[in-house]
Amino acid sequence: MNNTVIDAHNISRVYNPETIPVYAINNVHLHLEKGEFTALVGPSGSGKTTLLNLIGGLDKPDSGHIIIGGTDITSLRANELINFRLHNIGFVFQSFNLIPVLTARENVEFIMLLQKVKRKERDKRVIQLFKQIGLEDKMNNRPVQLSGGQQQRVAVARALASKPQFVLADEPTANLDSAAAFNLLDIMAKLNKEENTTFIFSTHDQRVIERAKRVITLVDGKITADTAAVPLTNHKLIVT
Amino acid sequence: MWLLKMAWKNSWRNRNRTIITMAAIFFAVILSVITGSLQDGIFDNLVKNMVSYYSGYIQVHKTGYWDEQILDNSFASGKITEQAILRHENITGLTSRLESFALASSENLTKGCLVAGIDPDNENRITNLKDKVVAGTYLYENDKSVLLSKGLAGRLQLNTGDTVILIGQGYHGATAAGKYPVKGIVQFGSPDLNDRVLFMPLPAARELYGAEQMLTSYVISLRDPARLATTAERLQLAIGNELHVMTWEEMMPDVKQHITTDSNNMKIIQGILYLLICFGIFGTLLMMMVERKYEMGMLVAIGMRKIKLIGLLMAESVFTLLSGCALGILCSVPLVFHLNRHPLRIGGETAEIYKRFGFEPIFPTSTDAIHFVSQGLIVFCIGLLLSLYPLYKVVRLNAVTAMRK
Repeated sequence: MNNTVIDAHNISRVYNPETIPVYAINNVHLHLEKGEFTALVGPSGSGKTTLLNLIGGLDKPDSGHIIIGGTDITSLRANELINFRLHNIGFVFQSFNLIPVLTARENVEFIMLLQKVKRKERDKRVIQLFKQIGLEDKMNNRPVQLSGGQQQRVAVARALASKPQFVLADEPTANLDSAAAFNLLDIMAKLNKEENTTFIFSTHDQRVIERAKRVITLVDGKITADTAAVPLTNHKLIVT
Repeated sequence: MWLLKMAWKNSWRNRNRTIITMAAIFFAVILSVITGSLQDGIFDNLVKNMVSYYSGYIQVHKTGYWDEQILDNSFASGKITEQAILRHENITGLTSRLESFALASSENLTKGCLVAGIDPDNENRITNLKDKVVAGTYLYENDKSVLLSKGLAGRLQLNTGDTVILIGQGYHGATAAGKYPVKGIVQFGSPDLNDRVLFMPLPAARELYGAEQMLTSYVISLRDPARLATTAERLQLAIGNELHVMTWEEMMPDVKQHITTDSNNMKIIQGILYLLICFGIFGTLLMMMVERKYEMGMLVAIGMRKIKLIGLLMAESVFTLLSGCALGILCSVPLVFHLNRHPLRIGGETAEIYKRFGFEPIFPTSTDAIHFVSQGLIVFCIGLLLSLYPLYKVVRLNAVTAMRK
């Protein structure tokens, strides 16, 4: 059985190609298998967010191919890409980005409504997800009534609601205090372990890096290290 | 359904912005309804004043009379024709006239005048002639006396109780001559009428002109003047080709032209009003786009198709527009009806000028439902048209760019 989730070959993303070309991503190869819990690290401007945008189908590479679950997403048209993202990729953003007018439950349900999932199945999935993130009692709260950590847990539940092939998280703990960040990491690690959910997240946060099973280091748009994570203090390859 | 529910919630996420937009639409509808109904009300009132002087809304003549207004182009009165006219549900009454020209003389003075043989009771019902009597008394059907317009009486230096001598050409070339006591003086706002009209009862006029049973016109009043054209068309069909139906617009093309010109000027004012409405609505739409750009990028990123996002924004616009328009229409109804019952009154010298010309110095509003519906629809359509801008922005939206802070 093929366990490959992401297979990116020779991908490059160049800004200002006609004036002064800037290689945000330069000839990167990336291979991720199901169930990985991967951190993408590197200094600011190293290309972490660009790489996430490319493998998340939000941006297109100038060269190379990205194959997700057997589909070459670089050949998809804009509308097909939106549909592909809906069914295959979960997103967690740095600043939570829940829809403010909807309750926590409605935010999680929203993705399934877009997927036209039947009500009975939606209800079942919502309850299951809220149990997993430990917020069953906050289901009917609006985002503004939740703490930052709680909002980010709801965002994780929303990302998982569509049963995606993998979840992309861009600096998920950047706006959280330590306790909330650890709590979120525990939940993500639990979901990774129990549901075999694939997570890939960009981060500067050492706490996150220490919890990752694999750490990919980007510098100037190139992967400079790709290794199983060890505590940062003992890791010589990671560039910050 | 969930999309509509979300649109409704989104409409109220920024209460102040929504209220400002709705207020802009609300006041736009009220202002445009008042402007439109005031314009029509003023013109309706002008026409009412004009037709009640003399012409009536519709006249029936023998075919060819209007081009050559002589007694030989008169027609025989008949009950059947009158009944055919009165059968029309929009016609409230008619009066018969025999009109011709004559020389009117006093002791030393002579002047050409329009002699109108009238049915005093019916004439008063249609043109309120009795109210225009400023000296003496009104006519009875069997009187052998006349009413002189004030200007004509002045020129001839005649007063009530004096005698006026009329000399003219009668029916089929006969000589028409007679002398009549002046029973009253009438005053018109129109200088033209005031200087040259003389009224006498219809039997006396027929006797003067030797035109027994003959008429030159039926003057008709209407229940609903807005249906002038259709009423005239149906009437023409009912009475046949020997008689010709004419509307006041055909008889007084200069008044019609004046109304058309003024309407066009008013359209420019309404255009400016609509432009202000556009700025009001567009400003809030721009605010909304800036405020929600990141969120829209996020929605597209997580898998919301742009067509659904467009539907969501469209539904939000429709909710706001419908609420604003509906409230505007609801509030403008009592306002327009109030201004119809209690019209704006002009004061000072302008009022005096209006009165001098026989116009009431008032600006009433028209309560025709078309104003509420049409102005509401126009503002709604302007809003919808402006809503295309956010939709255009969504079509061109790039999720990555939109989410870049």
